Amino acid sequence: MSPPTASAHARTSSSPGHALSAWWQALPLTVVFVLFFLVPLALIGMVSFWDFNEYELLPAFTFKNYISIFDGCSNAAEMCTTFKTYLSTFKFSLLVWLITLVVGFTVSYFLAFHVRSSTVQTLLFVLCTIPFWTSNVIRMISWVPLLGRNGLVNQTLVQLGVVDQPIEWLLFSDFSVVLAFVHLYTMFMIVPIFNSMMRIDRSLLEAASDSGASAWQTLWNVIVPLSRTGIIVGSIFVITIVMGDFVTIGVMGGQQIASVGKIIQVQTSYLQFPLAAANAVILLALVLMIIWALTRLVDVRKEL
Amino acid sequence: MNRDQRPLGFWLLALFFVAFVVFLYGPMLVIVLLSFQGPEGGLTFPIRGFSLHWFRQLAEGLGVVDIGAALKRSLGLGLAVMAFTVVLSVLAGLAFRKKLWGGSALFFVVVASLIMPSIIVSLGIGLEFRLLDTGLKWVFGALGMTGMQETFNTTLGLYTSALGAHLTWTLPFGLLIMFAIFNRFNPAYEEAARDLGATPWQGFRHVVLPLIAPSVVGIAMFGFTLSWDEIARTSQAIGYVNTLPLELQGLTTTVTTPAIYALGTVTTVVSLLVMAGALALASFFSRLQKQGKRF
Repeated sequence: MSPPTASAHARTSSSPGHALSAWWQALPLTVVFVLFFLVPLALIGMVSFWDFNEYELLPAFTFKNYISIFDGCSNAAEMCTTFKTYLSTFKFSLLVWLITLVVGFTVSYFLAFHVRSSTVQTLLFVLCTIPFWTSNVIRMISWVPLLGRNGLVNQTLVQLGVVDQPIEWLLFSDFSVVLAFVHLYTMFMIVPIFNSMMRIDRSLLEAASDSGASAWQTLWNVIVPLSRTGIIVGSIFVITIVMGDFVTIGVMGGQQIASVGKIIQVQTSYLQFPLAAANAVILLALVLMIIWALTRLVDVRKEL
Repeated sequence: MNRDQRPLGFWLLALFFVAFVVFLYGPMLVIVLLSFQGPEGGLTFPIRGFSLHWFRQLAEGLGVVDIGAALKRSLGLGLAVMAFTVVLSVLAGLAFRKKLWGGSALFFVVVASLIMPSIIVSLGIGLEFRLLDTGLKWVFGALGMTGMQETFNTTLGLYTSALGAHLTWTLPFGLLIMFAIFNRFNPAYEEAARDLGATPWQGFRHVVLPLIAPSVVGIAMFGFTLSWDEIARTSQAIGYVNTLPLELQGLTTTVTTPAIYALGTVTTVVSLLVMAGALALASFFSRLQKQGKRF
């Protein structure tokens, strides 16, 4: 992903008037991002050091909010709530990342290299993306009739005699949360990986197979490294979504499972903005570290 | 690769793909089916009867929630987001084709907004508008406008904070689509127009716009559908009213009848209609292009 460079189009004239009109055209979009993205982020940073009481926010410079988040975390015997919550959020991120990566890669690989007609290819690709434009909550609750205590899966299992009692952990559990994440966000893996795969020069595959590489060897040594950018972009999407999520974990966890996003949401609804802001700063720092690590992964692989 | 006979690997992968599509669409089909049950129907199978009962229930309102009002709010906001997304993305897309000072910094901010956890964006915007409220109340007090001070409630709202929150989510998609368009755009047509004496506006209106029209329809579709279903960024940044998906999220814990499936069917149908409309419009524009007609 990179902006098209001006030099790519020969029409560029470098007169000052031209550059000025470009700025007027970019101005409305810039204003939106300044007002609704940069200023809010700066305010989060500022308010995370403020004090508050039951009625109002009190401008100050205190580390109280950060200290209260990690209150009791120096106790080695028992893990504090904050660490437990982050650990649980990491667990979901890791699981969902692994599953969406494998599923997304397999689907993209099939579409990019095994469907020969480009019309069919486009059609099947669009088929995978249509649900992205429909409601996430609807797609979550659509699992209720299947996974509920008296849902289709349990009815079938009981009738087949596989289990005596309906299984309880199918819905409103870690299982259903991961299932819903995979259901909702595999698309974010498929699109960038498929895009990377479609850019791979097909003659490289022929060269690999002519040199005696098996299908597996071609896949692992040619296709995977060349799909790297797509894999990283998809991973960044999926991991950042799961790290900050509170809607999916809320609905599919029956409002019983903690997550970092949910803590921030609850604190905001109690108007404890400084606490929520401090949590947001910590979450943001962690997400940035993960993204940094992922992008490093690209460079390291490039150097090898 | 053998042209006539597919290897075993192909069939395994095809099977995996079919399973994935069933996984993707199966549950949604189930709730559409269950929403058309008779009055005695429940949340799970077996399907009991067939009627429009639950849609009538929905029209009458679910508990204290006024579905019709939420639907109108979401439609209005979706259309506003769509209009802003199209205009701002196209303008910025044009700007990025020229020499744009600070262009890469702007691009970095846009991508950051796309991958920023939504709860953080939402919290920030909510905080910003609450601080604005406090500031305004202070100003009214300082100016002695006690009437204003008493009646003023909040600047948080559908077409202020919520609109901004949605734009931080839809504009990155719009701008990336514009980049994709202009990376494949042949500037020769524009140059020809300019050489023939067209003003920049004429060149845009009669040459560039018709050429990019099908993709601009795509941006409009992104703008509307992403806003129509948005929850995470709206949640802390909307104040006292709710959009349809927010109401729906609340209803998941309180409604225990197929009426909620009926609501799901309705919102999904709206999304699908918008997609179909966008597809029809886009193909209409590209047909015009192929026939060399103007619009």
